[in-house]
Amino acid sequence: MNLHEYQAKALLRDYGIPLPPGAVAATPEEAQGRAGDLGGSAWVLKAQVHAGERQAAGGVRMVKTPKEVAKAASDLLGSKIVTGQTGRDGLLVRKVYVEQACDVAREVYAALLVNRAKARIDVVASREGGAGVETALAKRESVINLPIGESGLAESDVARLSEVLGLSAGQGSAVAGIMAQARRAFVETDASLIEFNPLAITKTGEIVALDVKMVLDDNALGRHPELAELRDTDEIDPQEREADRYEHNYARMDGNIGLMTTGAGLGLAAIDLIKEAGGEPANFMDTRPMASRQQIAEGILLLLRDKRVRVVLVMAIGGGILHCDTIAEGIATAFREAGASVPVVYHAAGTGKEISELTLRNQGIPAIFADSMEEAAHEAVRIAGSGDG
Amino acid sequence: MAILVDSATKVMFQGLTGATASRAAERAIAGGTAVVAGVRPGKGGGQHLNIPLFDGVAEAARETGADATAVFVPPLQAADAMIEAIEAEIPLIVCVTERIPVLDMIRVKDALSGSKSRLIGPNSFGIISPGQCRIGVMPDRPHKPGRIGIASRTATLTYAAVEQTSRMGLGQSTSVGVGGDPVHGIGFAECLELFLADDATHGVVLIGEIGGTEEEEAAELLRRVKPKKPVVACIVGVHAPPDRRMGHAGTVDPLGGGSARDKIEALGGAGAIIAESPSLIGHAMREALRHL
Repeated sequence: MNLHEYQAKALLRDYGIPLPPGAVAATPEEAQGRAGDLGGSAWVLKAQVHAGERQAAGGVRMVKTPKEVAKAASDLLGSKIVTGQTGRDGLLVRKVYVEQACDVAREVYAALLVNRAKARIDVVASREGGAGVETALAKRESVINLPIGESGLAESDVARLSEVLGLSAGQGSAVAGIMAQARRAFVETDASLIEFNPLAITKTGEIVALDVKMVLDDNALGRHPELAELRDTDEIDPQEREADRYEHNYARMDGNIGLMTTGAGLGLAAIDLIKEAGGEPANFMDTRPMASRQQIAEGILLLLRDKRVRVVLVMAIGGGILHCDTIAEGIATAFREAGASVPVVYHAAGTGKEISELTLRNQGIPAIFADSMEEAAHEAVRIAGSGDG
Repeated sequence: MAILVDSATKVMFQGLTGATASRAAERAIAGGTAVVAGVRPGKGGGQHLNIPLFDGVAEAARETGADATAVFVPPLQAADAMIEAIEAEIPLIVCVTERIPVLDMIRVKDALSGSKSRLIGPNSFGIISPGQCRIGVMPDRPHKPGRIGIASRTATLTYAAVEQTSRMGLGQSTSVGVGGDPVHGIGFAECLELFLADDATHGVVLIGEIGGTEEEEAAELLRRVKPKKPVVACIVGVHAPPDRRMGHAGTVDPLGGGSARDKIEALGGAGAIIAESPSLIGHAMREALRHL
């Protein structure tokens, strides 16, 4: 689960992470009032949406008077932020974060994340902070990753960290202290990422976390009811939210082929085959092994309601728990309910294949049966690309 | 022969009384697997499906000689169940549970290091040596005793590979689901090592996907040992959007590794045969064995 910057900062302030004074606002008047309460002579306003690259997209404003605060807030609130991470439609700004500006001398990058191969928590840090970090991480230049235990970084690692980040010994140990505190927050909130980008070195030599990205582990929210409440459902794609109600893993994509598969690996394989056949999926949707007929039906209905979808492609491999006949019954239920005439390309294998095909035929579903995954993908791409689909 | 489980394996089920576990146990018994114990705190002394129940893992192992455990315990309790099995020195732990918090798995991995246990999973379909032993939720029908070893990160594509190799008369020595979670038990490299050392396994299939460094580690092993047995690899997710999480499949990792193309390049460069699509795995293996 993604947290907003203002939520993450509120959590991390309690762990002693150095942050500029700041507060969240939902109206221009409120924003102006917050700036007055915070004090200072310059402020930064930041659009609160779940996306990186906000600055490049115009979602961050520097202002010098309380009046300008209100003006900038009114520009941002209600506008849409479109970045490489938001999809075409962008995200609506419903809240802004008002923060005291600080004099930055230099920006570095530091994050905590799970090193999956080593099964431990790591610090990843780079001398390049801000927007430049993507390139630095990709090229592995001036980047370091170090294990961080309950008692923080090893002493020799603090020295390496200072060297890579180009910090004095004092500043290096301040960063190490921040990361140790952040690790405590990481473990206590069951986070999967805490990213300080940038971590600023001010002109007076202090270290301040200017921007924070924090992601919590969805699988652990069951034991953190207070954190689960921080979920901003406005930020989640409505289709994704709907799919989640029926326990399907859904991710929106940009094409016109509505896709459902039994399993994530099969879903990835289907996307590969669709793309290689020259088509574009409208989505990824993976059903869980325990799915019921009704849950399958709700998933298919979601695809049928998607105005972009010109053909539904279902790939089902029946296993030990979920059988193909359950999938077919779900498809039939959905088509009956929606009275839909969208063509469906169906490929089945494994447990329940034959009976599932019989079910679709007997119920008069407009299904095209494909013997292989390749044939199914090609057929779906052909229909999606033709004018009469 | 086979790897990790065979006809001598004695299995206990942690959480036996649950619906999914019960079904998996019934299936295992029907297929000839020795299911000797169930663990359910508070139900010790009773029976379920004619299998004796115990309060704890250590007691169940002591009383029945179980040397493998199937963990069917809900996600927030699963880590403690696995750690209990590690402390009881059960040689093989198989966890099918999905949606376990990742920091719990770090705790489990800490307990595993230096222990006498091996872990398969979590979020795994389990392990099967057809005709000998099955622990998990895979279907029985497509499996045939045979000579191909399969290690996979994704269940349904495995069933496709199983079906293909069975249809071609190759069958499987053992099929292992290493699990779909970012932090998990044994990986491709360890499975590959075991398969290469197993006389009954004549060829190995690896089914991977984006995220992690599993495939890269297997490639490193291949480069080092240059095996005579053919290794066929299928990696999905070449066209997955890099910044989206697709079900269990992880996104590309800032710590490096992860893209499907990198993995295909690493494995292909190390001598593995790349199956361009999951439906070509069986064919690729048959051809490779023919040309030996």
